[in-house]
Amino acid sequence: MALDNRIKQRWAQSKILLLGGSAGSFKLLFKLVKLLPENFDKTVIIIIHRKKNFFSEIEKLFAENSRMCLREISDKEPIQGNTIYIAPANYHSLVENEGFFSLDVSEAVWYSKPSIDVTFESVAEVYKERVTAVLFSGANQDGAEGLLKLRQNGALTIAQDPQDAEMAEMPQSAINIHAAEYILRTIEIFELLGNKN
Amino acid sequence: MKGLVTKDTITSVQLNELIDIVKKIHGFDFSDYTEASFKRRLGRIMMLKKLDFYDLKHVLINDHGFFQEFLEEITVNVTEMFRDPTFYKALKNEVVPYLSTYQHVKVWCAGCSSGEEVYSLAILLNEEKLGKKSYIYGTDINTEVLNEARKGIYSLRKIKSYSENYLFTGLPGSLTNHFTIMYDAGAIRSELKQNTLFSVHNLISDTGFNEFQMITCRNVFIYFETELQYKILDLFYKSLCPLGYLCLGNKETIRSDVFRKKFKVINQKENIYQKIGS
Repeated sequence: MALDNRIKQRWAQSKILLLGGSAGSFKLLFKLVKLLPENFDKTVIIIIHRKKNFFSEIEKLFAENSRMCLREISDKEPIQGNTIYIAPANYHSLVENEGFFSLDVSEAVWYSKPSIDVTFESVAEVYKERVTAVLFSGANQDGAEGLLKLRQNGALTIAQDPQDAEMAEMPQSAINIHAAEYILRTIEIFELLGNKN
Repeated sequence: MKGLVTKDTITSVQLNELIDIVKKIHGFDFSDYTEASFKRRLGRIMMLKKLDFYDLKHVLINDHGFFQEFLEEITVNVTEMFRDPTFYKALKNEVVPYLSTYQHVKVWCAGCSSGEEVYSLAILLNEEKLGKKSYIYGTDINTEVLNEARKGIYSLRKIKSYSENYLFTGLPGSLTNHFTIMYDAGAIRSELKQNTLFSVHNLISDTGFNEFQMITCRNVFIYFETELQYKILDLFYKSLCPLGYLCLGNKETIRSDVFRKKFKVINQKENIYQKIGS
C-alpha cells in the first residue's frame, strides 16, 4: 500500500511528533531516531515505559546515534524544534500552554510512570492538530485513550499494525477504541517519518 | 488499574474561576501552580467524587467540610522512601562530611507529604552517626498527610518497594532493620522518630521559622510556575545558614542567573546546591 498524499501532507504540517511504546518498541524507536534527518524542524517527544532505578543508557545510546539534539525532559524546559525529548523514568511528562514541559510525580497510570496516556492527553490539549502521534508495540493499554484524545483534537494518529508489533496489545487497544486514524505497517511508518515532507 | 482518564477536562477559564473561589473563600492561593498538572488533579477529583465542573464549584462554595478533602486530593502525595537512591549516595559522600562538622544539624524537609523522605534522611544521618545531633523538621500544606507522617507506619507492600530503593543506596543492612514490623505494616523505630517534628507550613504564604544547615524540597517545584519558584528559593536562601545545603528534585534545576549566583552547584545531576554570598 502506498501512502496517500493526505497523510503525507498532514505529517509535513505537524510541529510535534509523538512516539509512544513499551515492550518490543525499543529497537524500532532506536532505528527511527537514527533515521530522522538533520535540520528537522519538528519537536520529537518519546515516551517509552521504563523502570526507575535501573540507570538506563537510553539517552546516551539514542544521542550517539541521532543527528538531532537529544535531551531527557527536565522541569520547565522550553520545547524547541529540531530536538528529541525523552520522558524521564518515575515522572509523568506534561506540556504547558506557554511552550515548556512540566513534570509530575503523581500516581502511575496503567502501572506506568511515565505514562503514554498522560503525555498524549496533555499534548492534545495544547498542540491540537499540529501533532503526529504513533503508538508502537506494548503489552498493556497505556496510550490508547491518549491517542483517542489526540484524534479528537485533530491530530494525525497512527497505530503500528498489530501484525508487525512484537506485542500487539498496545496498538490493538488503540484500534479497538478507534483512536488510530491510520494503521500502518512498520515499513510504512518509517517511509512516512523518514521523509521531511 | 484504570488510567486517570478524564472525559471532560476543564478549560483554562474554568480553572481560573475555581482558583479564584478557593482563594477568596478558603484563603489558599493556587494561581501560580503549573496549569497542566493542576488541571489533571481537578479532573481526578471530579472523577473520584463524581462531580462535573458546576457541582465542584457549588461544593467548594457551600460545603466547607469538602475543602479539606479537596486539599488532600489536589496536592500530589505520592512519595517513596529513598526515592532516587543516587541522591542519597551523593548526600552521603558530598554533604554529610560537611554536616558532621556542625554541633547541631537542623534539616528542613519542605513538602514532606506522608513523611517518607524525612525518615529516609533520619536513617541516613543515623547510619552516618549524626543521629543524636540532628533534628529534622517536616512541613506540608496538608494536615491529613502530616498525621500519617507522625505515625510513621507504612504498609508492608510499600516497605517492600522502598527496600529496593534502599539496596541501591549502598547503605548497610536492609531497610527493615529500621522498622518494627507487625502484621501487615511496619513502624519506623522510635529512636529515628525522636528527632523529627512535623508541622503545617504553606510555602506560598508562610515565612521562614528557623535557620537550617540543610533544606530538602524535592519534587515540589515541578508543580509551581517559575516566578513562584523564585519566591520560595528566596525563602530557602534566607532560611539557610552560610554555606548551608539546598537539595531539589533531580529534574528541578535552578535556571535563574540571579539564584545561580547565590547557590553554588555541588552535584549537578542530583541538583544539590550550597548557599554562597550573603
